[in-house]
Amino acid sequence: MNTEISGILLMYALVIAFAIPLGRYIGKIFNYEHTWLDSIFDPLDKLFFKLSGIDPNEEMNWKQHLIALLTINLVWFIVAMLVLTNMSWLPLNPDGNPSMSGDLAFNTAVSFVTNTNLQHYSGESGLSYLGQLILMLWQFISAGTGIAICAVVFVAMKERTANTLGNFYSFFVRSCTRILLPIAFVVAILLAFNGMPMTFEGKDTMVTLQGDTVEVSRGPVAGFVAIKQLGTNGGGFYGPNSAHPLENPSYFTNIIENCSIFLIPIAMIFAMGYVLKRKKLAFTIYGVMTLGFLLLLVPSIVSEMNGNPAITDLAIAQPMGSMEGKEVRFGPAASANWAVYTTVTSNGSVNAMHDSMTPLTGMFAMLGMMINSFYGGVGVGFLNFYIFIILAVFISGLMVGRTPEFLGKKIEAKEMKIAMIIALLHPLLILTSTAISSYLYASNPTEYAGWLANPGYHGFSEMLYEFTSSSANNGSGFEGLGDNTPFWNIACGLVMLMARYLPIIGPVAIAGILASKKYIPESNGTLKTDTPTFGLMVFAVIALVAALAFFPALTLGPIAEYFSMI
Amino acid sequence: MTKSHTSLFQKELMQEAFKQSFVKLNPKIMFRNPVMFTVEIGTAVMFAVCLWILSGEASQGSFTYNFIVFLVLLLTLLFANFAEAIAEARGKAQADSLRKTREETPAKLANGQIISSSQLKKGDVFICEAGDIIATDGEIIEGLATIDESAITGESAPVIRESGGDKSSVTGGTKVLSDKIKVQVTTEPGESFLDKMIALVEGASRQKTPNEIALTILLAGFTLVFIIVTITLKPFADYANTPITIAAFISLFVCLIPTTIGGLLSAIGIAGMDRALRANVITKSGKAVETAGDIDVLLLDKTGTITIGNRKATHFYPSNGVDEKYFITCAALSSMSDETPEGKSIIELAGVNPSSYNIENPRFIKFTAETRCSGIDYENTRIRKGAADAIKRLAEKEGNTYSAETIERVTAISSNGGTPLVISVNEKIIGVIELQDIIKPGIQERFERLRKMGIKTVMVTGDNPLTAKFIAEKAGVDDFIAEAKPEDKMNYIKKEQSEGRLVAMMGDGTNDAPALAQADVGVAMNSGTQAAKEAGNMVDLDNDPTKLIEIVEIGKQLLMTRGTLTTFSIANDVAKYFAIIPALFIVAIPSLQGLNIMKLHSPESAILSAVIFNAIIIPFLIPLALKGVAYKPIGASALLRRNLLIYGLGGVLIPFVGIKAIDLIVSLFI
Repeated sequence: MNTEISGILLMYALVIAFAIPLGRYIGKIFNYEHTWLDSIFDPLDKLFFKLSGIDPNEEMNWKQHLIALLTINLVWFIVAMLVLTNMSWLPLNPDGNPSMSGDLAFNTAVSFVTNTNLQHYSGESGLSYLGQLILMLWQFISAGTGIAICAVVFVAMKERTANTLGNFYSFFVRSCTRILLPIAFVVAILLAFNGMPMTFEGKDTMVTLQGDTVEVSRGPVAGFVAIKQLGTNGGGFYGPNSAHPLENPSYFTNIIENCSIFLIPIAMIFAMGYVLKRKKLAFTIYGVMTLGFLLLLVPSIVSEMNGNPAITDLAIAQPMGSMEGKEVRFGPAASANWAVYTTVTSNGSVNAMHDSMTPLTGMFAMLGMMINSFYGGVGVGFLNFYIFIILAVFISGLMVGRTPEFLGKKIEAKEMKIAMIIALLHPLLILTSTAISSYLYASNPTEYAGWLANPGYHGFSEMLYEFTSSSANNGSGFEGLGDNTPFWNIACGLVMLMARYLPIIGPVAIAGILASKKYIPESNGTLKTDTPTFGLMVFAVIALVAALAFFPALTLGPIAEYFSMI
Repeated sequence: MTKSHTSLFQKELMQEAFKQSFVKLNPKIMFRNPVMFTVEIGTAVMFAVCLWILSGEASQGSFTYNFIVFLVLLLTLLFANFAEAIAEARGKAQADSLRKTREETPAKLANGQIISSSQLKKGDVFICEAGDIIATDGEIIEGLATIDESAITGESAPVIRESGGDKSSVTGGTKVLSDKIKVQVTTEPGESFLDKMIALVEGASRQKTPNEIALTILLAGFTLVFIIVTITLKPFADYANTPITIAAFISLFVCLIPTTIGGLLSAIGIAGMDRALRANVITKSGKAVETAGDIDVLLLDKTGTITIGNRKATHFYPSNGVDEKYFITCAALSSMSDETPEGKSIIELAGVNPSSYNIENPRFIKFTAETRCSGIDYENTRIRKGAADAIKRLAEKEGNTYSAETIERVTAISSNGGTPLVISVNEKIIGVIELQDIIKPGIQERFERLRKMGIKTVMVTGDNPLTAKFIAEKAGVDDFIAEAKPEDKMNYIKKEQSEGRLVAMMGDGTNDAPALAQADVGVAMNSGTQAAKEAGNMVDLDNDPTKLIEIVEIGKQLLMTRGTLTTFSIANDVAKYFAIIPALFIVAIPSLQGLNIMKLHSPESAILSAVIFNAIIIPFLIPLALKGVAYKPIGASALLRRNLLIYGLGGVLIPFVGIKAIDLIVSLFI
């Protein structure tokens, strides 16, 4: 077999091999069962709660959970804004990098708060080490927020009839200390020992083979990259992200980083199976997500490995496939693989330039973000999928002649209203914001010429990708877009905020309302949700609701580009 | 009311529905249905575009093309209205035939004054004699009468109604055949169940059911998604320098929103109630029908539902040393004056005519609650027939033995689900008659069907637990309540409900009223008391206890029809996208020809074909909407698989074929 393909198979196999036991472990954490790390973390957690004066045993209803979540996020958002706009004179700035402008700081802070990590700056020249550290902290907080709120939904799904669903602060601290911290620690050490910098010293100088003297940016890279990959954050230390040789030095680090993207999102599904004691349901959900993921992955890899037809037309051989914008140490298959991993999970780190991918790969990357629930971001990916389950349960419940119910709870008008609003939100944000930018550009192409490196279909794809990435809280970009302008900073910032918090509030509200409803025991007439048939139904709903709405937009972007290339 | 099946599209109904299709174009009425309301706005815009073109605008394509689009959209609206109107018309026709039974009839008041039935108020008392038509619904407060209820139930055998019992209720329009009764009016004019039902079907007071509301939200959501898709397409197209005509925008929008289910939704709901009415069940709300589909537990009275009304004699067991012929003769004699069905069945089984025995001066002993036996005295012979313990007491009082053989026989019969009757002659036991409950033919299959639907059946009976258990097992019910008192039913319902299950029951007596009210679906028999009818949420005109099973299926059908047509409607979008999207851009971006996988003739023919398909699929589906999707008790997952295959996959494929076919025809003209 082609070694490139075997590399990809190996990565997926590694993910599953680690995700299954990790899922069990995460399940135990949320069930407050004993684990072998308790002796280390119990005192640490106690210290946190003692210092903050929070009672981790106080039971909260779903509304209180959301308030707690928003409070934590707001406090740290303000801290991040202050640091980013003042870092030039704050400590840990050996390279003397400047502070950020207001709109860029807003965009950056929002993008890290929302687990998006859309970077309209380059880390090596745009941030001090303090800036990097505060962003690194955010990569923990936003990932921990996602995992914790997902745990709340698990508890809500598990309870027969309950109004209170545990304590958010407790879930949050446990997510950060017991899940993210130990795994990030192991990954960071692996990366640091494989060529990644981990230092607070400033730039180093080196002499290249050509004899030039160049300055090389350094910093606490390994620690930063570990959580960036694990928490589906994706915000790189360096501008080129994991395509940069110091952020992803070898194929081996590429395997670690690539696997880290999927590890927790997939483990969360198995954790759900453990918490709910519904392994079959977990496997059904995993199956649907995997099917969707493969449908995006396989054509992307094929497309990249086949090379670019426009270059073939120039009578230039492409023995390695399409190599534009890719790193030679990874090759087209591993680059396409990463591109799909990073977009389906809302991670957003890159190891190749997505802007240079063939049109179809670009489209599948966008589709992954438009659907945003084939594994999805840590915690929130499951919440997005939960909305699709509710919609699928409703339609299929009617199809079998029974008022729809999910895990013994009736789905009624109120839940449908919330589910529909959340399902609507993503297309609304992506399409409207892209429409505004298209309108601005079309009405005055000369004024906005700086936006698009490639006008035409690809330029449209660049704008569409940017907003899709913002709305999916992904953070990757078609970097041909000149995006560090007030319009893009603020527009993307707003999209990120809405696309982060509303899709958290919606599913939590539904799960909370359902949890307080009366439990209906299963009978022969109850539609089972852990069967392949129901899985197929969910898949169909996703395809029809999430994907079809974007068909016209994709037609004018990547599809038109694809057809005009062949 | 006749049970004959009205064909789906009768001429008069069609005419009325046709008229209503136009009346319903009124935006105020349309507004109730968000999906079709947006289509109406689109139609209005297209009308404006046509006028614009007539005034000289050239950028929007030819007038003919735009006008055709306008016409097709109008047709879409009319088809949707027609679906609702025909469902209403059918319901109304059904209701009218019921209403005929309550035309103006004279009512004789207690004071002898004669007034019209419409003047009767609640609480009035009127008198009916043989030959009179009962003026309105009421309760007999005095007397007993045989009544012909065929006008309501279609059943020709007269029934007996009398004051005081559980069968004291009379219905307006039925005819008194014998005797004289005093009836108290129980409803205000225009507020009887039938009036309520007619209003429901006519839509005046039709409220959306919970599932219908949730579905409307889903459909409104889909409509909103496609509003966003269509509106944002304008700047996208501007960016790509691809002018798109208004007709194309509106066609894309109308094709994408779920017009098929949107147009048929209210028709499906009305048809559900209509089907209930056809089954001779009057529902007080559409919600009740819907709830019936969700029922988990079904409480059924044994007598009349599971077993044929009464017990029948099946065996004679003479004691050792008693001549069988002699025993049979005695048994027949003891039942000579016994008018109960059990008594009659003994004579039937004996196969003799007791009056041929030429007995002189017979004295018949009637059954009383104290003696618990009946019989006959003649000459110096005393024959007694009764419950085992009653005869035992009788025999032992006179010093006769109650033999081990008799004990054995009595227990054997009991544990076999039968009822033993012991016969004594001059206080000496001569043998035992076995009475058996006769389980209705075909009832086991119905329970099996219910079990496959996931419904638990519970038999309610006054029998002792031993007998009840036997019959329950034989009939195939899941559980039983033996020696049931009215409060037992109530407690059982409450217990099931507290565990989250929905319970349905049928009842007639005043005793049943609290349980009927407590049950999620309570079906009162029309012959039952007013209290029972008030308490339940449905009334069965046929007084048929097995009707509940039909009602459950009607409820399921209602939900399924909505679900499958929603799936079908949304699945259609795939093909419609592939018809319209290439048509929108192909002129400006010729390379997109690759997306035109149906190889449609031209952009204009593609758009026309899509909107035409979108319009005509509605009338094609009206019969399905009215009849309902067939329910098959094959388990929820199998059912989902089946419906997903037919309506999901079918919904994806059919429009590809349909649009291509229409395009072939349309391309002949443009």
